[in-house]
Amino acid sequence: MTPAWAQLGYLAAAVCFIVALKALSSPKTARRGNLIGAAGAVLACVITFLVSDINHLLPIVAAIAAGTAIGVLGAYRVQMTQMPQLVALFNGVGGGAAAIVAIIELADLGAGPAPIFDLIATAFTIVVGSVSFAGSVVTFLKLQELMTTRPIVFGGYPIVYGLGLLAAVAFSVGLVLAPSLLFALLLAAIGAGLGVLLVLPVGGADVPIVISLLNAFTGLTVAASGYLLENILLLVAGTLVGSAGTLLTRLMANAMGRSVINILFGALKGGSTLGATTVSDRPVKSAGPADVAILLAYAQRVIIVPGYGLAVAQAQHTLRQLVDLLTERGAHVDYAIHPVAGRMPGHMNVLLAEAQVPYEQLKEMDEIDPEFKQADVALVVGANDVVNPAAETTPGAPIYGMPILHANQARQVVFMKRSMRPGFAGIENELLYEPTTTLLFGDAKDTMSKLLAELKALTV
Amino acid sequence: MSTEPIIWLTIFVLSIFVGVEVISKVSSTLHTPLMSGANAIHGVILIGAVLVAGTAQSTPILVLGLIAVILASINMVGGFVVTDRMLIMFSRPHRALQKQGRQELEQ
Repeated sequence: MTPAWAQLGYLAAAVCFIVALKALSSPKTARRGNLIGAAGAVLACVITFLVSDINHLLPIVAAIAAGTAIGVLGAYRVQMTQMPQLVALFNGVGGGAAAIVAIIELADLGAGPAPIFDLIATAFTIVVGSVSFAGSVVTFLKLQELMTTRPIVFGGYPIVYGLGLLAAVAFSVGLVLAPSLLFALLLAAIGAGLGVLLVLPVGGADVPIVISLLNAFTGLTVAASGYLLENILLLVAGTLVGSAGTLLTRLMANAMGRSVINILFGALKGGSTLGATTVSDRPVKSAGPADVAILLAYAQRVIIVPGYGLAVAQAQHTLRQLVDLLTERGAHVDYAIHPVAGRMPGHMNVLLAEAQVPYEQLKEMDEIDPEFKQADVALVVGANDVVNPAAETTPGAPIYGMPILHANQARQVVFMKRSMRPGFAGIENELLYEPTTTLLFGDAKDTMSKLLAELKALTV
Repeated sequence: MSTEPIIWLTIFVLSIFVGVEVISKVSSTLHTPLMSGANAIHGVILIGAVLVAGTAQSTPILVLGLIAVILASINMVGGFVVTDRMLIMFSRPHRALQKQGRQELEQ
């Protein structure tokens, strides 16, 4: 039995996790919160090593060192633009670890008659852990654009999915009645299949919501493993993440004006026919950097709408210089940050903070949106879906219902784009064809430098 | 010691409410770091992985357990580090700025 002091230590770690989540919800305390969480985790590990009879100490420490090295390397090497897929991978391996733990526990249980709740928890952990692992890998592939970001649906999808669920339930019952390694491995395979199926029909722009959902799933598997291993800390930590993660998933979905069910299964209703866009050959108005520089030079009020494309092109620094110059010339410039700009809610704030854009210039959507009416120029850099009026005008569009920034209300709209290719959601943007819209084609960084040079020439 | 399922259920249900309460007032700006931080917390499955690997009776089980240990460490350590990297940019913009400036000079 675990000694009392160790139980108290685990309790302290659990409190650390609660405080960490609380602190992570406010910008002032967030960083401290994360460190408190890390301290709790380290404390828990130290206690485990001290009180448990652990054989094979050397290989285990080596394994921890290897995992730590991979994790740290990944976390430091990753570009901030690619951070969502890294979080997805981290989450996936956690789910995989939980599934493996459950399989091993089953092998140990096999010795004698096992309590029924233990077997149910085992089956649950194996299935959901595998869902989380495989689902996260698919989200990674989608975000990294190693596979199509469009929703993938095939005929008979609901039938296959239903059969998969039935099989998962059937083999879980089988595992409870007759515990065997074979059932466990079959369950893991079915879980993996279900995980892939769960993510396939989700469109690229919605993938972050799924990461959050899978994160909650992994939390629940950790809670179930806590029950299996009779470890209260795992139960508490896993449940906290499971419930907080579920709520967070709903909050994120709300920020996009969508329901979670709609995000997961919307594509099945065939609602996203608009996703099958071919590039239209309707006329657009395009201009060179010199023309846009003149437009900007005489604007009093400019609102920048930054998007993922800006960060990918690494044009944030040049953009900041441009904004500085405009401000010197007396213009009033702000950045309009859509809650889901970038690839995840809040992602754009991270990306711009990295480029040292002053925090005060970053305006949240509710604050800035009414000001587009007074804006002389809305400069949309590498964004698309967040200013797409289809979200309001076209029921059935994948982004229908998502609150958008009304850049179309500005007197002039300038789009900096690489091509006419649609945004991440894969739908065409009507705003591109409006008479007030001017397109400035080219790589964001390159074009931004030219624009800056032209504007400097006008200033002298 | 036999486990009392009802006690575990009690802890489970109370934890659900705590989890919901503590993050109910998060601003959308912090959704991403919060998700990443929560993700790191479930990396504490590492202690489960260590426990099963440490009691492994056969080589295949040990190998499987060690794989779980590696995966869980990646989840936990990587999760906290990447969350910290995100949050540095939020909490102390000026210090982050200086740090980055220094790095650029060094390069």
